[in-house]
Amino acid sequence: MTTSLQRRKELIASELVWYERMLEIREFEKQTNALFAAGSIRGTTHLCNGQEALAVGLASVLNPDDVVSATYRGHGIALALGLTSHSVLAEILGKATGCAGGLGGSMHLCDRSVGLLPTSAIIGGGMPIAAGAALAFQMQKKSNVAVVVFGDGATNIGAFHETLNLAAIWKLPVVFVCDNNVYGEYSRINVTTPIEDLHLRANSYAMPNLKVDGMDIYLVREALQGAIDRARSGGGPTLVEAKTYRFAGHSRADQALYRPEGELEMWQKRDPIKVTEKLLIKKGVLTEAKAKELQEIADKTMVDIVAKTQNDPEPEIGDMFKNIWKSKK
Amino acid sequence: MSAMRFRQAIVAALTDEMSADSSVIFFGEDVAAAEGPFKTSEGLLTTFGPERVRDTPISEMAFTGAAVGAAMMGMKPVIEIMFIEFLGVALDQLVTEAAKMLYLSKGQYSVPMVLRASSGAGLGFGSQHSQTLENWVAATPGLKVITPSDPQSAYSLLRAAIQDPDPVVFLEPRILYAERGEVDTNLKMEIGKARVLETGTDITIVALGNMVNVARAGIKKAGVSADLVDLGTIVPWDRACVLASVAKTGRLVVVEESPLSGGWGSEIIATVVASQFKSLKSAPFRITTPDVPVPFNGGLEARFLPTADEVSRQIQEAIKNNSTPKPWWINEGVSK
Repeated sequence: MTTSLQRRKELIASELVWYERMLEIREFEKQTNALFAAGSIRGTTHLCNGQEALAVGLASVLNPDDVVSATYRGHGIALALGLTSHSVLAEILGKATGCAGGLGGSMHLCDRSVGLLPTSAIIGGGMPIAAGAALAFQMQKKSNVAVVVFGDGATNIGAFHETLNLAAIWKLPVVFVCDNNVYGEYSRINVTTPIEDLHLRANSYAMPNLKVDGMDIYLVREALQGAIDRARSGGGPTLVEAKTYRFAGHSRADQALYRPEGELEMWQKRDPIKVTEKLLIKKGVLTEAKAKELQEIADKTMVDIVAKTQNDPEPEIGDMFKNIWKSKK
Repeated sequence: MSAMRFRQAIVAALTDEMSADSSVIFFGEDVAAAEGPFKTSEGLLTTFGPERVRDTPISEMAFTGAAVGAAMMGMKPVIEIMFIEFLGVALDQLVTEAAKMLYLSKGQYSVPMVLRASSGAGLGFGSQHSQTLENWVAATPGLKVITPSDPQSAYSLLRAAIQDPDPVVFLEPRILYAERGEVDTNLKMEIGKARVLETGTDITIVALGNMVNVARAGIKKAGVSADLVDLGTIVPWDRACVLASVAKTGRLVVVEESPLSGGWGSEIIATVVASQFKSLKSAPFRITTPDVPVPFNGGLEARFLPTADEVSRQIQEAIKNNSTPKPWWINEGVSK
């Protein structure tokens, strides 16, 4: 069985794997959406179609012993960091084989072996925690960094501002990654926020900041690498804003009918998977025929995983009583 | 043994744990250079330096969350929320993040942190700086909740809290900071173990924090024979101790510095009634504050809090008549 860590190392080693992983995430979300529509998934799901380049780009430049705090829209980041589709899908289906044993669900994914802290279902909830992880690394004189990924909506919540301030004054080895997908839940950014270039908010905290085209994995990697290097070498935090677009609705069955006409189509022309495909073909790493073959493999593999996972065992009833406290009593 | 003030016992526990374990760090508002508004971190900056003892910005959410993250990565942070009310702006990090990390990570990430805060009324701080708020956190699985009642329990329970692998909320009654008492720094106390401070036959009095001292004075005034149980820990509370005491005395009163409605004392009474109803000679009851914010006026604040006189009146009545005493505000026709 392939471990999360092996998958992560494969991703770091090969740009072809970036492409494969992005395809995997897209297929994963397609199947998740279908399973939810069929009533096989309880509660809710938040899809990340359109945001694959950021997830994979981030996972490819971080070390496996760095840590990442992400959000309830976390399937893509979890898969990019190395969690298997089986482990994540099993969690979404509430199976005992899921990464949290079926006790977390779609919004709560975790795997310590690749540094994925439990993803938070609270907007901004992971931000101070990432700063705290960075504080631990700083005090332990380690060179690890903490990364926190959050949406555009989080930049309006107190945790964002408090955490940027704290990270700046303590020069913590943390990278703030704003995945600006234009929508905070059901509301477009212009309705909720007076500016659209959210990285500028870091200027209030004298923190280096930049924006990057989040649909281009090469540009994403370059921007993040600079920020990570700065954090790792004691230069303190950076805010990187990746301009992406949420191809799907906010959650569940949201069709996102509130979007202006033509906006989705405009962004789909810059689909990160297509962008990567073109760049890899141009570099000679990929051919059109090979790309088609990989897409077919990704599709078929995910169909098989869905079939297998649906038959996985449910958690034991006693599992809900475990891991409340670490102490014996 | 040495005599020290309650606040000095806090300093001593922090000093001893930070000396014993280099992963213990301490931060909060004005705790380093200013040594804490209640002087509960006197000398810590000098002894341990600015890396381990840090002033934070006035950002409870950020520094509470930072403690969570640092704890997950192997540190043992102790943080100070100056007044427990300020937890309101950081509650997410404690109850929604810290309390669930072990569960959501299937045991992979634990959160060995202590959130200290001053709590309680009696000092004229008004309604936004005088609450206890134990009940906010006691209802969240995953947390542990402690309130010491004297310098000894402040010292021993804080050391136990820092050594504990789970998130602990440690509430220090503000009114006790200047109180003196004997402290044996070799005495260990366990989280979840109550202390029976007085033994008697006619009634069991369960109390917490400064209400232990009020209850003790009430017993003396009433001249009755009572078991006085200092719970010390609210989550997990010492069921065995309370049940054994009530099995002996047949009567139970909980003295609680929190509003009548929704208090932890109701949980104690519910447990006793459900598990050993037949051992009871009379209905268990609670002595609490009324369901009002803490009033500022000195005379009103003194009446708002349970008093030794009130404890004395109510326990005498309960023992004498096997009846259920009414709270003073009903007894005196002040309110319903």
